[in-house]
Amino acid sequence: MGSLIWKKAKKILRDLAPIILVIVFFQVFILQQPVPHLGQVLFGVVMVAIGLGLFLEGLEMGLFPIGESMAGAFARKGSVFWLMTFGFFLGFSTTIAEPALIAISGEAAEVAAEAGLITRSIEGQTEYAMGIRLTVAVAVGLAVGLGILRILLGWPLHYLIIGGYGIVILMTFLAPNEIIGIAYDSGGVTTSTVTVPLVTAFGVGLATTIRHRNPLLHGFGLIALASLLPIIFVLAFGIILFDR
Amino acid sequence: MGNEFTETGKIILSTGRDVFPVIVLILFFQLLILRQPILHKKRVAFGFLFCILGLALFLIGLDKALFPVGKMMAEQLSAPAFIFGSKSNTAEPVWWAYGWIYLFGGLIGFSTTIAEPALMAVAMKAEEVSRGSIKQWGLRIAVAVGVAGGIILGIFRIITGTPLLIYFAAGYFIVILQTIFAPRYIIPLAYDTGGVTTSTVTVPLVAALGLGLSSTIPGRNVALDGFGLVAFASVFPIITVLAYIQCAHWLDQRRT
Repeated sequence: MGSLIWKKAKKILRDLAPIILVIVFFQVFILQQPVPHLGQVLFGVVMVAIGLGLFLEGLEMGLFPIGESMAGAFARKGSVFWLMTFGFFLGFSTTIAEPALIAISGEAAEVAAEAGLITRSIEGQTEYAMGIRLTVAVAVGLAVGLGILRILLGWPLHYLIIGGYGIVILMTFLAPNEIIGIAYDSGGVTTSTVTVPLVTAFGVGLATTIRHRNPLLHGFGLIALASLLPIIFVLAFGIILFDR
Repeated sequence: MGNEFTETGKIILSTGRDVFPVIVLILFFQLLILRQPILHKKRVAFGFLFCILGLALFLIGLDKALFPVGKMMAEQLSAPAFIFGSKSNTAEPVWWAYGWIYLFGGLIGFSTTIAEPALMAVAMKAEEVSRGSIKQWGLRIAVAVGVAGGIILGIFRIITGTPLLIYFAAGYFIVILQTIFAPRYIIPLAYDTGGVTTSTVTVPLVAALGLGLSSTIPGRNVALDGFGLVAFASVFPIITVLAYIQCAHWLDQRRT
């Protein structure tokens, strides 16, 4: 038991060593200042290490097995409708409350108000921010649904992704400047730390259960679609709202 | 101290609230649609509890330790006094006057990606599914190098004020070329890593750097130029992961 914990602690230490080294190096050699509140910082590092250890343990005990067993059960049930419904709500529900998305949509409303695209009022900005959040959440939901359909039918992923990014580049020419940066960033912020393992385990589980599907070739790709579709949807949101 | 406790409680609560809809969704489908009991109920429940608690502790620790120091450093390194020296020469500076910022951005991108829990999860699955032919550490280092490169280029874009689309289009052109030549089995995984990299650890630090830089450099608009670093950090890992697997594949073939 003791040696097992020591082994895991060593692994986590290796995960965190680079970031600690970078901060110490810049603080001491480049900025040449002592680290402020050293005690608090050390306490924080210990918390990060314990938290990471617990999270990884929880992954193997909870998130991975449940994702895989549900994928298997859905495949045996054989209902495409319920499978895609589950996929949609899995994407939608984990995205709508995502803190990073709430933060970025608030900033987006600020930018739009400053540029005079929407009226500068708490009401108008809240409505606009909510519009972006809903757009992104629906996009992620549809992306997971579409990704599941792709696994079922065995479509190659790269046509979807390359075609999708072609659309992104074309739409960028049409969209107002103020929405482009936010649209591009919205693709990255949607996939949170709990969603990623669950969705990955689900995809791999599905591809493992269904015959003639390769878990490596078909199981991955859900996250890629979930980062692509929000960009398209937010760009469309901007074009529809502002280009009349 | 009481204040600290309420703050800790708040973070644990908000993490729980984020995970809550997922748990409701799983229970609803498991019990009403699939109609099957959950296997190893206790173990799975503890797993979820560990994940929530672990993530909360992780976030609290970041809030206490890394974010304040990292953000302060990002601000100091992008402050006019550090970049232009004591003489207040704030004429349009050349792009290579920012050497330390490039180094800092790149190293922060690399090291935060190594510590990113979502990437660890994907790397664990990838190694398992590929029966060990894709190595966890190899994949994570390839992604981290990609994030570092992406951020360095993103900083260059903010400093020079060139449009986002050019870089984005060039990046995807390279991805398309690599996709044509890469072994089929790696493509979905490589595309996935683009979305995984930018979550809990990387985004706040990188965003602080982007916002600090765009407010320091004359002629940059924080609202327009401050965004986009995250997007850079999600395109470049795809390129480096495809390159890594391509190289591993070639080495494998040469050996046999």
